[in-house]
Amino acid sequence: MTKERFYKWIFTALAFSSLFFLLGIMITLLVQALPMFRQVGILRFIGGKYWYPTYSTPSFGILPLMLGSVVVTTGAACVCIPLGVGSALYIHELAGPIQRAILKPVIEILAGIPSIVYGFFGMVIMAPMVQRFFGIPTGLNAFTASLMLGVMATPTVCSIAEDALNVVPSSFKEASLALGANRWQTLVKVIIPAAGSGISTAIILGMSRAVGETMTVLMVAGGAACIPRSIFDPVRPMTATIAAEMGEAVMGSLHFHALFAIGLVLFVITFIFNIVAEIISRRFRLRLGLGR
Amino acid sequence: MDDRKMQDKSLLQNKDMLVYKTHSMKGKDISQGLGFMLLVLCTGTALVFLGSIIYFITIRGIRVISWEFITDVPRMAMMKGGVAPAIIGTFYLTLVSISFAFPLGLACAIYLTEYSPKGTIINIIRLSINNLAGVPSIVFGLFGFAVFVNAFGFGVSILSGGLTLGIMALPGIIATSQDAILAVPQSYREASLALGATHWDTIKKVVLPAALPGILTGVILNVGRVAGETAPILFTAATFYTRGFPHSIFSEVMALPYHIYALMTEGTHPEVQTQIAYGCALILLCLVLSVSAIAIILRQRQRKMYGQ
Repeated sequence: MTKERFYKWIFTALAFSSLFFLLGIMITLLVQALPMFRQVGILRFIGGKYWYPTYSTPSFGILPLMLGSVVVTTGAACVCIPLGVGSALYIHELAGPIQRAILKPVIEILAGIPSIVYGFFGMVIMAPMVQRFFGIPTGLNAFTASLMLGVMATPTVCSIAEDALNVVPSSFKEASLALGANRWQTLVKVIIPAAGSGISTAIILGMSRAVGETMTVLMVAGGAACIPRSIFDPVRPMTATIAAEMGEAVMGSLHFHALFAIGLVLFVITFIFNIVAEIISRRFRLRLGLGR
Repeated sequence: MDDRKMQDKSLLQNKDMLVYKTHSMKGKDISQGLGFMLLVLCTGTALVFLGSIIYFITIRGIRVISWEFITDVPRMAMMKGGVAPAIIGTFYLTLVSISFAFPLGLACAIYLTEYSPKGTIINIIRLSINNLAGVPSIVFGLFGFAVFVNAFGFGVSILSGGLTLGIMALPGIIATSQDAILAVPQSYREASLALGATHWDTIKKVVLPAALPGILTGVILNVGRVAGETAPILFTAATFYTRGFPHSIFSEVMALPYHIYALMTEGTHPEVQTQIAYGCALILLCLVLSVSAIAIILRQRQRKMYGQ
Protein backbone atom coordinates (compact mmCIF):
# COMPACT_ATOMS: atom_id res chain seq x y z
CA MET A 1 0.00 0.00 0.00
CA THR A 2 2.92 2.34 0.53
CA LYS A 3 3.65 2.19 -3.18
CA GLU A 4 0.09 3.24 -3.92
CA ARG A 5 0.31 6.20 -1.59
CA PHE A 6 3.72 7.15 -2.91
CA TYR A 7 2.40 7.40 -6.46
CA LYS A 8 -0.66 9.29 -5.37
CA TRP A 9 1.51 11.85 -3.61
CA ILE A 10 3.76 12.25 -6.64
CA PHE A 11 0.83 12.84 -8.96
CA THR A 12 -0.78 15.23 -6.52
CA ALA A 13 2.41 17.24 -6.29
CA LEU A 14 2.94 17.34 -10.05
CA ALA A 15 -0.69 18.27 -10.65
CA PHE A 16 -0.03 21.57 -8.91
CA SER A 17 2.70 22.47 -11.41
CA SER A 18 0.35 24.74 -13.39
CA LEU A 19 -0.55 26.65 -10.24
CA PHE A 20 3.13 26.76 -9.36
CA PHE A 21 4.09 28.26 -12.72
CA LEU A 22 1.14 30.65 -12.71
CA LEU A 23 2.16 31.94 -9.28
CA GLY A 24 5.77 32.00 -10.41
CA ILE A 25 4.90 34.21 -13.36
CA MET A 26 2.80 36.49 -11.16
CA ILE A 27 5.50 36.87 -8.51
CA THR A 28 8.27 37.39 -11.07
CA LEU A 29 6.31 40.12 -12.80
CA LEU A 30 5.41 41.78 -9.49
CA VAL A 31 8.96 41.73 -8.19
CA GLN A 32 10.41 43.06 -11.43
CA ALA A 33 7.71 45.69 -11.84
CA LEU A 34 7.86 46.96 -8.27
CA PRO A 35 10.77 49.43 -8.71
CA MET A 36 8.79 51.00 -11.54
CA PHE A 37 5.63 51.47 -9.48
CA ARG A 38 7.65 52.76 -6.55
CA GLN A 39 9.39 55.44 -8.57
CA VAL A 40 6.63 56.52 -10.91
CA GLY A 41 3.43 55.47 -9.16
CA ILE A 42 0.75 53.22 -10.57
CA LEU A 43 -1.61 56.01 -11.60
CA ARG A 44 1.00 57.99 -13.47
CA PHE A 45 2.16 54.79 -15.10
CA ILE A 46 -1.27 53.70 -16.31
CA GLY A 47 -2.68 57.18 -16.96
CA GLY A 48 0.43 58.85 -18.34
CA LYS A 49 0.06 60.07 -21.91
CA TYR A 50 3.70 59.93 -22.95
CA TRP A 51 5.90 56.92 -23.48
CA TYR A 52 9.45 58.24 -23.83
CA PRO A 53 11.50 55.58 -22.07
CA THR A 54 14.87 56.53 -23.54
CA TYR A 55 14.77 60.34 -23.22
CA SER A 56 17.18 62.02 -20.80
CA THR A 57 14.15 62.79 -18.63
CA PRO A 58 12.20 59.63 -19.40
CA SER A 59 8.44 59.46 -19.19
CA PHE A 60 6.70 56.16 -18.58
CA GLY A 61 3.01 56.58 -19.36
CA ILE A 62 1.47 53.53 -20.96
CA LEU A 63 -1.86 55.10 -21.93
CA PRO A 64 -0.86 55.27 -25.64
CA LEU A 65 0.22 51.63 -25.53
CA MET A 66 -2.96 50.53 -23.80
CA LEU A 67 -5.06 52.49 -26.29
CA GLY A 68 -3.06 50.84 -29.07
CA SER A 69 -4.00 47.45 -27.69
CA VAL A 70 -7.64 48.49 -27.27
CA VAL A 71 -7.94 49.82 -30.83
CA VAL A 72 -6.30 46.79 -32.38
CA THR A 73 -8.29 44.32 -30.27
CA THR A 74 -11.60 46.05 -30.97
CA GLY A 75 -10.79 46.06 -34.66
CA ALA A 76 -9.91 42.38 -34.49
CA ALA A 77 -13.24 41.69 -32.75
CA CYS A 78 -15.10 43.38 -35.62
CA VAL A 79 -13.41 40.95 -37.99
CA CYS A 80 -13.35 37.71 -36.04
CA ILE A 81 -16.81 37.78 -34.46
CA PRO A 82 -18.76 37.80 -37.74
CA LEU A 83 -16.28 35.54 -39.53
CA GLY A 84 -15.75 33.10 -36.67
CA VAL A 85 -19.29 32.86 -35.36
CA GLY A 86 -20.73 33.02 -38.89
CA SER A 87 -18.65 30.12 -40.08
CA ALA A 88 -19.43 28.15 -36.91
CA LEU A 89 -23.14 28.62 -37.61
CA TYR A 90 -22.56 27.64 -41.22
CA ILE A 91 -20.77 24.43 -40.25
CA HIS A 92 -23.42 23.65 -37.67
CA GLU A 93 -26.51 24.47 -39.67
CA LEU A 94 -25.88 24.49 -43.41
CA ALA A 95 -22.92 22.27 -44.15
CA GLY A 96 -23.73 18.75 -45.25
CA PRO A 97 -21.95 15.78 -43.69
CA ILE A 98 -19.14 15.79 -46.27
CA GLN A 99 -18.57 19.54 -46.04
CA ARG A 100 -18.54 19.31 -42.29
CA ALA A 101 -16.13 16.40 -42.30
CA ILE A 102 -13.74 18.54 -44.35
CA LEU A 103 -14.34 21.98 -42.83
CA LYS A 104 -14.00 21.05 -39.16
CA PRO A 105 -10.49 19.60 -39.36
CA VAL A 106 -9.42 22.26 -41.88
CA ILE A 107 -10.46 25.06 -39.51
CA GLU A 108 -8.65 23.33 -36.68
CA ILE A 109 -5.51 22.94 -38.77
CA LEU A 110 -5.70 26.60 -39.82
CA ALA A 111 -5.84 27.55 -36.14
CA GLY A 112 -2.28 26.27 -36.00
CA ILE A 113 -0.82 28.79 -38.46
CA PRO A 114 1.94 30.47 -36.41
CA SER A 115 1.43 34.13 -35.57
CA ILE A 116 4.73 35.04 -37.19
CA VAL A 117 3.31 33.91 -40.52
CA TYR A 118 0.34 36.28 -40.10
CA GLY A 119 2.78 39.05 -39.21
CA PHE A 120 4.93 38.33 -42.23
CA PHE A 121 1.94 38.11 -44.59
CA GLY A 122 0.54 41.34 -43.13
CA MET A 123 3.83 43.11 -43.64
CA VAL A 124 4.68 42.04 -47.19
CA ILE A 125 1.25 41.62 -48.79
CA MET A 126 -1.56 43.15 -46.73
CA ALA A 127 0.13 46.42 -45.79
CA PRO A 128 1.01 47.50 -49.36
CA MET A 129 -2.53 46.57 -50.43
CA VAL A 130 -4.10 48.65 -47.64
CA GLN A 131 -1.77 51.55 -48.38
CA ARG A 132 -2.70 51.62 -52.08
CA PHE A 133 -6.40 51.00 -51.51
CA PHE A 134 -6.91 53.83 -49.02
CA GLY A 135 -4.16 56.09 -50.36
CA ILE A 136 -2.51 56.56 -46.97
CA PRO A 137 1.17 57.16 -46.17
CA THR A 138 1.78 53.78 -44.56
CA GLY A 139 0.04 50.43 -44.64
CA LEU A 140 1.59 49.45 -41.32
CA ASN A 141 -1.14 50.74 -39.03
CA ALA A 142 -3.87 49.78 -36.59
CA PHE A 143 -6.27 48.88 -39.41
CA THR A 144 -4.00 46.31 -41.03
CA ALA A 145 -3.04 44.93 -37.63
CA SER A 146 -6.72 44.55 -36.66
CA LEU A 147 -7.44 42.78 -39.91
CA MET A 148 -4.60 40.30 -39.49
CA LEU A 149 -5.36 39.71 -35.81
CA GLY A 150 -9.04 39.22 -36.61
CA VAL A 151 -8.31 36.68 -39.32
CA MET A 152 -5.89 34.97 -36.98
CA ALA A 153 -8.45 34.64 -34.18
CA THR A 154 -11.18 33.44 -36.57
CA PRO A 155 -10.38 29.69 -36.53
CA THR A 156 -10.12 29.71 -32.72
CA VAL A 157 -13.44 31.50 -32.29
CA CYS A 158 -15.03 29.26 -34.92
CA SER A 159 -14.02 25.96 -33.40
CA ILE A 160 -14.94 26.93 -29.81
CA ALA A 161 -18.28 28.40 -30.95
CA GLU A 162 -18.97 25.27 -32.98
CA ASP A 163 -18.36 23.11 -29.92
CA ALA A 164 -20.81 25.29 -27.99
CA LEU A 165 -23.46 24.87 -30.70
CA ASN A 166 -23.00 21.11 -30.66
CA VAL A 167 -23.71 20.98 -26.94
CA VAL A 168 -27.23 22.39 -27.40
CA PRO A 169 -29.56 19.39 -27.08
CA SER A 170 -31.21 18.50 -30.38
CA SER A 171 -34.58 18.41 -28.64
CA PHE A 172 -34.48 22.24 -28.51
CA LYS A 173 -34.24 22.37 -32.26
CA GLU A 174 -36.85 19.67 -32.81
CA ALA A 175 -39.33 21.43 -30.52
CA SER A 176 -38.88 24.72 -32.33
CA LEU A 177 -39.28 23.17 -35.79
CA ALA A 178 -42.33 21.26 -34.60
CA LEU A 179 -43.92 24.55 -33.56
CA GLY A 180 -43.66 25.74 -37.16
CA ALA A 181 -40.57 27.93 -36.98
CA ASN A 182 -38.29 27.65 -39.97
CA ARG A 183 -34.60 26.82 -39.74
CA TRP A 184 -33.44 30.43 -39.57
CA GLN A 185 -35.91 31.33 -36.83
CA THR A 186 -34.89 28.23 -34.93
CA LEU A 187 -31.25 29.18 -35.31
CA VAL A 188 -31.65 32.81 -34.24
CA LYS A 189 -34.29 32.44 -31.56
CA VAL A 190 -33.55 29.04 -30.06
CA ILE A 191 -30.10 27.68 -30.83
CA ILE A 192 -28.09 30.91 -30.60
CA PRO A 193 -29.65 32.00 -27.28
CA ALA A 194 -29.16 28.49 -25.88
CA ALA A 195 -25.53 28.46 -26.97
CA GLY A 196 -25.15 32.17 -26.22
CA SER A 197 -22.81 31.95 -23.30
CA GLY A 198 -20.75 29.29 -25.06
CA ILE A 199 -20.42 31.61 -28.04
CA SER A 200 -19.51 34.49 -25.72
CA THR A 201 -16.83 32.31 -24.19
CA ALA A 202 -15.47 31.69 -27.68
CA ILE A 203 -15.43 35.41 -28.40
CA ILE A 204 -13.78 36.29 -25.09
CA LEU A 205 -11.09 33.65 -25.57
CA GLY A 206 -10.53 34.92 -29.11
CA MET A 207 -10.21 38.47 -27.76
CA SER A 208 -7.87 37.30 -25.04
CA ARG A 209 -5.71 35.77 -27.73
CA ALA A 210 -5.79 39.01 -29.72
CA VAL A 211 -4.80 41.17 -26.73
CA GLY A 212 -1.85 38.94 -25.93
CA GLU A 213 -0.71 38.40 -29.50
CA THR A 214 2.75 39.74 -30.07
CA MET A 215 4.44 38.99 -33.36
CA THR A 216 1.62 40.06 -35.65
CA VAL A 217 1.20 43.47 -34.04
CA LEU A 218 4.93 43.90 -33.65
CA MET A 219 5.39 43.54 -37.40
CA VAL A 220 2.20 45.12 -38.72
CA ALA A 221 0.92 47.78 -36.30
CA GLY A 222 3.53 50.38 -37.22
CA GLY A 223 5.11 50.86 -33.80
CA ALA A 224 4.36 54.54 -33.08
CA ALA A 225 3.91 55.01 -29.32
CA CYS A 226 1.43 57.89 -29.48
CA ILE A 227 -2.28 58.09 -28.82
CA PRO A 228 -4.03 57.03 -32.03
CA ARG A 229 -6.41 59.58 -33.62
CA SER A 230 -7.85 57.27 -36.28
CA ILE A 231 -7.85 53.59 -37.16
CA PHE A 232 -5.28 54.33 -39.89
CA ASP A 233 -2.67 55.64 -37.42
CA PRO A 234 0.30 53.48 -36.60
CA VAL A 235 0.08 52.20 -33.02
CA ARG A 236 2.31 50.33 -30.61
CA PRO A 237 0.30 47.87 -28.51
CA MET A 238 1.65 46.70 -25.16
CA THR A 239 2.90 43.33 -26.37
CA ALA A 240 4.80 44.91 -29.26
CA THR A 241 6.40 47.41 -26.89
CA ILE A 242 7.79 44.65 -24.69
CA ALA A 243 9.05 42.65 -27.65
CA ALA A 244 10.63 45.62 -29.40
CA GLU A 245 12.28 47.29 -26.42
CA MET A 246 13.45 44.42 -24.21
CA GLY A 247 16.55 43.97 -26.36
CA GLU A 248 17.70 47.56 -25.94
CA ALA A 249 16.67 48.17 -22.32
CA VAL A 250 19.61 48.09 -19.92
CA MET A 251 19.20 45.33 -17.33
CA GLY A 252 17.98 46.76 -14.05
CA SER A 253 17.22 50.19 -15.48
CA LEU A 254 13.87 51.85 -14.96
CA HIS A 255 13.01 51.11 -18.60
CA PHE A 256 13.66 47.39 -17.97
CA HIS A 257 11.32 47.39 -14.97
CA ALA A 258 8.74 49.40 -16.91
CA LEU A 259 8.58 46.63 -19.52
CA PHE A 260 7.91 44.08 -16.78
CA ALA A 261 5.22 46.39 -15.44
CA ILE A 262 3.59 46.36 -18.87
CA GLY A 263 3.81 42.58 -18.75
CA LEU A 264 2.01 42.66 -15.41
CA VAL A 265 -0.77 44.84 -16.83
CA LEU A 266 -1.15 42.42 -19.75
CA PHE A 267 -1.20 39.47 -17.39
CA VAL A 268 -3.95 41.06 -15.29
CA ILE A 269 -6.04 41.91 -18.35
CA THR A 270 -5.90 38.40 -19.81
CA PHE A 271 -6.45 36.95 -16.32
CA ILE A 272 -9.71 38.90 -16.06
CA PHE A 273 -10.73 37.82 -19.57
CA ASN A 274 -10.16 34.18 -18.66
CA ILE A 275 -11.98 34.33 -15.35
CA VAL A 276 -14.98 35.94 -17.07
CA ALA A 277 -14.91 33.29 -19.79
CA GLU A 278 -14.72 30.59 -17.12
CA ILE A 279 -17.70 31.97 -15.18
CA ILE A 280 -19.81 32.33 -18.32
CA SER A 281 -19.02 28.85 -19.60
CA ARG A 282 -19.80 27.31 -16.21
CA ARG A 283 -23.17 29.04 -16.14
CA PHE A 284 -23.78 27.86 -19.71
CA ARG A 285 -23.21 24.22 -18.85
CA LEU A 286 -25.37 24.48 -15.77
CA ARG A 287 -28.21 26.10 -17.69
CA LEU A 288 -28.28 23.33 -20.25
CA GLY A 289 -28.33 20.84 -17.41
CA LEU A 290 -24.95 19.34 -18.24
CA GLY A 291 -23.29 19.75 -14.88
CA ARG A 292 -19.56 20.43 -14.74
CA MET B 1 -44.37 20.69 -48.17
CA ASP B 2 -47.59 18.67 -48.30
CA ASP B 3 -47.85 18.84 -44.55
CA ARG B 4 -47.69 22.58 -44.70
CA LYS B 5 -50.48 22.79 -47.29
CA MET B 6 -52.69 20.68 -45.10
CA GLN B 7 -51.89 22.90 -42.20
CA ASP B 8 -52.85 25.97 -44.21
CA LYS B 9 -56.11 24.35 -45.24
CA SER B 10 -57.07 23.71 -41.70
CA LEU B 11 -56.31 27.31 -40.95
CA LEU B 12 -58.77 28.52 -43.60
CA GLN B 13 -61.45 28.36 -40.98
CA ASN B 14 -59.91 31.30 -39.25
CA LYS B 15 -59.43 34.17 -41.66
CA ASP B 16 -57.37 36.41 -39.44
CA MET B 17 -55.01 33.67 -38.68
CA LEU B 18 -54.60 32.86 -42.37
CA VAL B 19 -53.65 36.43 -43.20
CA TYR B 20 -51.16 36.45 -40.39
CA LYS B 21 -49.78 33.12 -41.46
CA THR B 22 -49.21 33.87 -45.16
CA HIS B 23 -47.79 37.27 -44.39
CA SER B 24 -45.24 36.03 -41.93
CA MET B 25 -44.40 33.04 -44.15
CA LYS B 26 -43.04 35.36 -46.81
CA GLY B 27 -41.12 37.49 -44.35
CA LYS B 28 -39.52 34.60 -42.60
CA ASP B 29 -38.57 32.85 -45.81
CA ILE B 30 -36.84 35.97 -47.05
CA SER B 31 -35.03 36.48 -43.78
CA GLN B 32 -34.01 32.83 -43.83
CA GLY B 33 -32.59 33.18 -47.33
CA LEU B 34 -30.73 36.38 -46.43
CA GLY B 35 -29.50 34.94 -43.16
CA PHE B 36 -28.14 31.81 -44.75
CA MET B 37 -26.52 33.87 -47.49
CA LEU B 38 -24.79 35.91 -44.79
CA LEU B 39 -23.45 32.75 -43.17
CA VAL B 40 -22.14 31.48 -46.50
CA LEU B 41 -20.51 34.87 -47.05
CA CYS B 42 -18.82 34.81 -43.63
CA THR B 43 -17.48 31.30 -44.11
CA GLY B 44 -16.37 32.10 -47.65
CA THR B 45 -14.53 35.25 -46.55
CA ALA B 46 -12.77 33.42 -43.73
CA LEU B 47 -11.68 30.59 -46.02
CA VAL B 48 -10.58 32.94 -48.82
CA PHE B 49 -8.51 34.98 -46.37
CA LEU B 50 -6.83 31.99 -44.76
CA GLY B 51 -6.41 30.30 -48.12
CA SER B 52 -4.76 33.36 -49.66
CA ILE B 53 -2.19 33.47 -46.84
CA ILE B 54 -1.20 29.89 -47.58
CA TYR B 55 -1.35 30.48 -51.34
CA PHE B 56 0.88 33.57 -51.42
CA ILE B 57 3.46 32.10 -49.11
CA THR B 58 3.53 28.86 -51.06
CA ILE B 59 3.97 30.33 -54.54
CA ARG B 60 6.55 32.90 -53.45
CA GLY B 61 8.36 30.60 -51.06
CA ILE B 62 8.69 27.67 -53.42
CA ARG B 63 10.98 29.70 -55.72
CA VAL B 64 13.49 30.14 -52.94
CA ILE B 65 13.54 26.64 -51.60
CA SER B 66 16.19 24.29 -52.85
CA TRP B 67 18.18 21.43 -51.39
CA GLU B 68 20.92 23.92 -50.50
CA PHE B 69 18.43 26.23 -48.77
CA ILE B 70 17.28 23.47 -46.46
CA THR B 71 20.60 21.79 -45.71
CA ASP B 72 23.29 24.49 -45.82
CA VAL B 73 24.41 27.03 -43.23
CA PRO B 74 24.03 30.74 -44.07
CA ARG B 75 26.98 32.16 -46.01
CA MET B 76 28.11 35.65 -47.06
CA ALA B 77 25.99 37.55 -44.51
CA MET B 78 22.85 35.53 -45.39
CA MET B 79 23.14 36.31 -49.07
CA LYS B 80 24.04 32.72 -49.95
CA GLY B 81 23.66 29.35 -48.35
CA GLY B 82 20.64 28.15 -46.45
CA VAL B 83 18.77 28.15 -43.19
CA ALA B 84 19.59 24.67 -41.86
CA PRO B 85 20.70 25.95 -38.42
CA ALA B 86 17.30 27.60 -37.98
CA ILE B 87 15.48 24.37 -38.80
CA ILE B 88 17.71 22.38 -36.44
CA GLY B 89 17.31 25.07 -33.77
CA THR B 90 13.53 24.89 -33.95
CA PHE B 91 13.81 21.11 -33.66
CA TYR B 92 15.99 21.31 -30.52
CA LEU B 93 13.78 23.93 -28.86
CA THR B 94 10.68 21.83 -29.50
CA LEU B 95 12.43 18.70 -28.23
CA VAL B 96 13.50 20.34 -24.95
CA SER B 97 10.11 21.94 -24.37
CA ILE B 98 8.12 18.76 -24.98
CA SER B 99 10.43 16.57 -22.91
CA PHE B 100 9.91 19.04 -20.07
CA ALA B 101 6.16 19.52 -20.48
CA PHE B 102 5.15 15.95 -21.37
CA PRO B 103 5.91 14.17 -18.06
CA LEU B 104 4.48 17.04 -16.03
CA GLY B 105 1.37 17.35 -18.17
CA LEU B 106 0.74 13.61 -18.22
CA ALA B 107 1.11 13.36 -14.44
CA CYS B 108 -1.32 16.21 -13.99
CA ALA B 109 -3.81 14.61 -16.39
CA ILE B 110 -3.54 11.25 -14.59
CA TYR B 111 -4.17 12.95 -11.27
CA LEU B 112 -7.19 14.86 -12.54
CA THR B 113 -8.81 11.87 -14.25
CA GLU B 114 -7.77 8.80 -12.23
CA TYR B 115 -7.47 10.12 -8.71
CA SER B 116 -10.33 12.57 -9.33
CA PRO B 117 -9.85 14.88 -6.38
CA LYS B 118 -12.88 16.66 -5.03
CA GLY B 119 -14.14 20.21 -4.70
CA THR B 120 -11.67 22.97 -4.03
CA ILE B 121 -8.52 21.19 -5.14
CA ILE B 122 -9.82 20.30 -8.58
CA ASN B 123 -11.23 23.80 -9.00
CA ILE B 124 -7.94 25.42 -8.13
CA ILE B 125 -6.02 23.17 -10.51
CA ARG B 126 -8.53 23.65 -13.35
CA LEU B 127 -8.54 27.39 -12.86
CA SER B 128 -4.76 27.60 -12.92
CA ILE B 129 -4.53 25.43 -16.05
CA ASN B 130 -7.08 27.59 -17.87
CA ASN B 131 -5.37 30.77 -16.82
CA LEU B 132 -1.92 29.51 -17.70
CA ALA B 133 -3.30 28.72 -21.15
CA GLY B 134 -4.44 32.34 -21.46
CA VAL B 135 -1.20 34.04 -20.44
CA PRO B 136 0.15 36.02 -23.42
CA SER B 137 3.16 34.44 -25.09
CA ILE B 138 5.30 37.54 -24.56
CA VAL B 139 4.68 37.32 -20.81
CA PHE B 140 6.09 33.78 -20.86
CA GLY B 141 9.07 35.34 -22.61
CA LEU B 142 9.49 37.88 -19.80
CA PHE B 143 9.21 35.14 -17.18
CA GLY B 144 11.75 32.95 -18.96
CA PHE B 145 14.11 35.89 -19.30
CA ALA B 146 13.88 36.87 -15.63
CA VAL B 147 13.98 33.33 -14.24
CA PHE B 148 15.86 30.99 -16.58
CA VAL B 149 18.20 33.43 -18.33
CA ASN B 150 19.04 35.68 -15.38
CA ALA B 151 18.14 34.10 -12.04
CA PHE B 152 19.15 30.51 -12.93
CA GLY B 153 22.03 31.70 -15.08
CA PHE B 154 21.26 29.51 -18.09
CA GLY B 155 21.86 32.52 -20.33
CA VAL B 156 20.24 32.96 -23.71
CA SER B 157 20.18 29.28 -24.63
CA ILE B 158 18.26 26.29 -25.94
CA LEU B 159 17.61 25.28 -22.33
CA SER B 160 16.07 28.64 -21.32
CA GLY B 161 13.97 28.85 -24.48
CA GLY B 162 12.92 25.21 -24.29
CA LEU B 163 11.80 25.48 -20.68
CA THR B 164 9.89 28.68 -21.41
CA LEU B 165 8.14 27.03 -24.35
CA GLY B 166 7.54 23.96 -22.19
CA ILE B 167 5.63 25.91 -19.54
CA MET B 168 3.60 27.44 -22.32
CA ALA B 169 2.80 24.00 -23.81
CA LEU B 170 1.83 22.53 -20.44
CA PRO B 171 -1.91 23.42 -20.45
CA GLY B 172 -2.29 22.05 -23.97
CA ILE B 173 -0.60 18.76 -23.08
CA ILE B 174 -2.72 18.41 -19.93
CA ALA B 175 -5.92 19.00 -21.91
CA THR B 176 -5.14 16.53 -24.70
CA SER B 177 -3.87 13.85 -22.30
CA GLN B 178 -6.95 14.25 -20.17
CA ASP B 179 -9.19 13.74 -23.21
CA ALA B 180 -7.25 10.63 -24.17
CA ILE B 181 -7.46 9.11 -20.68
CA LEU B 182 -11.15 9.94 -20.34
CA ALA B 183 -11.82 8.16 -23.64
CA VAL B 184 -10.72 4.84 -22.13
CA PRO B 185 -13.96 3.00 -21.27
CA GLN B 186 -14.73 2.77 -17.57
CA SER B 187 -15.27 -0.99 -17.94
CA TYR B 188 -11.50 -1.48 -18.52
CA ARG B 189 -10.77 -0.02 -15.10
CA GLU B 190 -13.53 -1.99 -13.43
CA ALA B 191 -12.36 -5.24 -15.00
CA SER B 192 -8.82 -4.65 -13.81
CA LEU B 193 -9.87 -3.71 -10.29
CA ALA B 194 -12.21 -6.72 -10.16
CA LEU B 195 -9.25 -8.97 -10.99
CA GLY B 196 -7.55 -7.70 -7.88
CA ALA B 197 -5.15 -5.19 -9.42
CA THR B 198 -4.36 -2.14 -7.32
CA HIS B 199 -5.22 1.38 -8.37
CA TRP B 200 -1.71 2.17 -9.58
CA ASP B 201 -1.39 -1.18 -11.39
CA THR B 202 -4.65 -0.44 -13.16
CA ILE B 203 -3.39 2.97 -14.25
CA LYS B 204 0.00 1.68 -15.35
CA LYS B 205 -1.02 -1.57 -17.06
CA VAL B 206 -4.53 -0.89 -18.28
CA VAL B 207 -5.44 2.78 -18.57
CA LEU B 208 -2.18 4.23 -19.85
CA PRO B 209 -1.53 1.61 -22.56
CA ALA B 210 -5.10 2.05 -23.80
CA ALA B 211 -4.79 5.84 -23.75
CA LEU B 212 -1.28 5.94 -25.22
CA PRO B 213 -2.22 6.52 -28.89
CA GLY B 214 -4.44 9.42 -27.86
CA ILE B 215 -1.83 10.87 -25.56
CA LEU B 216 0.84 10.74 -28.25
CA THR B 217 -1.52 12.37 -30.75
CA GLY B 218 -2.01 15.19 -28.27
CA VAL B 219 1.74 15.58 -27.94
CA ILE B 220 2.11 15.83 -31.72
CA LEU B 221 -0.60 18.49 -31.80
CA ASN B 222 1.31 20.52 -29.23
CA VAL B 223 4.60 20.05 -31.07
CA GLY B 224 3.02 21.89 -33.97
CA ARG B 225 1.99 24.77 -31.74
CA VAL B 226 5.32 25.06 -29.95
CA ALA B 227 7.39 24.98 -33.13
CA GLY B 228 5.75 28.11 -34.49
CA GLU B 229 6.03 30.26 -31.36
CA THR B 230 8.23 33.31 -31.57
CA ALA B 231 7.53 35.65 -28.69
CA PRO B 232 8.65 33.31 -25.86
CA ILE B 233 12.05 32.74 -27.47
CA LEU B 234 12.72 36.37 -28.42
CA PHE B 235 14.81 37.05 -25.31
CA THR B 236 15.39 33.52 -24.06
CA ALA B 237 16.92 31.52 -26.89
CA ALA B 238 16.93 33.02 -30.34
CA THR B 239 19.61 34.84 -32.23
CA PHE B 240 19.80 36.09 -35.81
CA TYR B 241 23.01 34.40 -36.83
CA THR B 242 25.19 31.57 -35.62
CA ARG B 243 28.24 30.18 -37.38
CA GLY B 244 26.96 26.70 -37.94
CA PHE B 245 24.97 24.44 -35.68
CA PRO B 246 24.43 24.72 -31.91
CA HIS B 247 26.99 22.81 -29.84
CA SER B 248 25.29 22.35 -26.50
CA ILE B 249 22.09 22.96 -24.65
CA PHE B 250 23.60 26.21 -23.37
CA SER B 251 24.26 27.79 -26.76
CA GLU B 252 21.97 30.31 -28.38
CA VAL B 253 20.20 29.15 -31.51
CA MET B 254 18.66 30.31 -34.72
CA ALA B 255 14.99 29.35 -34.94
CA LEU B 256 12.73 29.44 -37.98
CA PRO B 257 9.99 31.73 -36.62
CA TYR B 258 12.47 34.18 -35.11
CA HIS B 259 14.52 34.07 -38.29
CA ILE B 260 11.54 35.33 -40.31
CA TYR B 261 11.14 38.24 -37.91
CA ALA B 262 14.84 39.07 -37.89
CA LEU B 263 15.09 38.91 -41.68
CA MET B 264 12.28 41.45 -41.96
CA THR B 265 13.59 43.87 -39.35
CA GLU B 266 17.38 43.61 -39.29
CA GLY B 267 20.19 43.32 -41.79
CA THR B 268 21.20 45.34 -44.79
CA HIS B 269 19.69 43.70 -47.88
CA PRO B 270 15.91 43.98 -47.50
CA GLU B 271 14.99 42.59 -50.93
CA VAL B 272 17.09 39.44 -50.70
CA GLN B 273 16.11 38.97 -47.06
CA THR B 274 12.41 39.17 -47.87
CA GLN B 275 12.89 36.34 -50.37
CA ILE B 276 14.67 34.23 -47.76
CA ALA B 277 11.88 35.05 -45.31
CA TYR B 278 9.33 33.69 -47.80
CA GLY B 279 11.34 30.47 -47.94
CA CYS B 280 11.48 30.23 -44.14
CA ALA B 281 7.77 31.00 -43.82
CA LEU B 282 6.95 28.22 -46.28
CA ILE B 283 9.14 25.70 -44.45
CA LEU B 284 7.61 26.70 -41.10
CA LEU B 285 4.09 26.57 -42.49
CA CYS B 286 4.69 23.12 -44.01
CA LEU B 287 6.22 21.79 -40.79
CA VAL B 288 3.54 23.17 -38.48
CA LEU B 289 0.53 22.43 -40.67
CA SER B 290 1.61 18.91 -41.60
CA VAL B 291 2.35 18.05 -37.97
CA SER B 292 -1.04 19.32 -36.82
CA ALA B 293 -2.82 17.73 -39.79
CA ILE B 294 -1.30 14.36 -38.89
CA ALA B 295 -2.38 14.79 -35.28
CA ILE B 296 -5.91 15.82 -36.15
CA ILE B 297 -6.42 12.98 -38.64
CA LEU B 298 -5.01 10.44 -36.16
CA ARG B 299 -7.32 11.78 -33.48
CA GLN B 300 -10.37 11.45 -35.69
CA ARG B 301 -9.52 7.81 -36.36
CA GLN B 302 -9.04 7.12 -32.67
CA ARG B 303 -12.37 8.73 -31.85
CA LYS B 304 -14.08 6.47 -34.34
CA MET B 305 -12.38 3.48 -32.75
CA TYR B 306 -13.97 4.26 -29.40
CA GLY B 307 -17.24 4.91 -31.19
CA GLN B 308 -17.59 8.53 -30.09
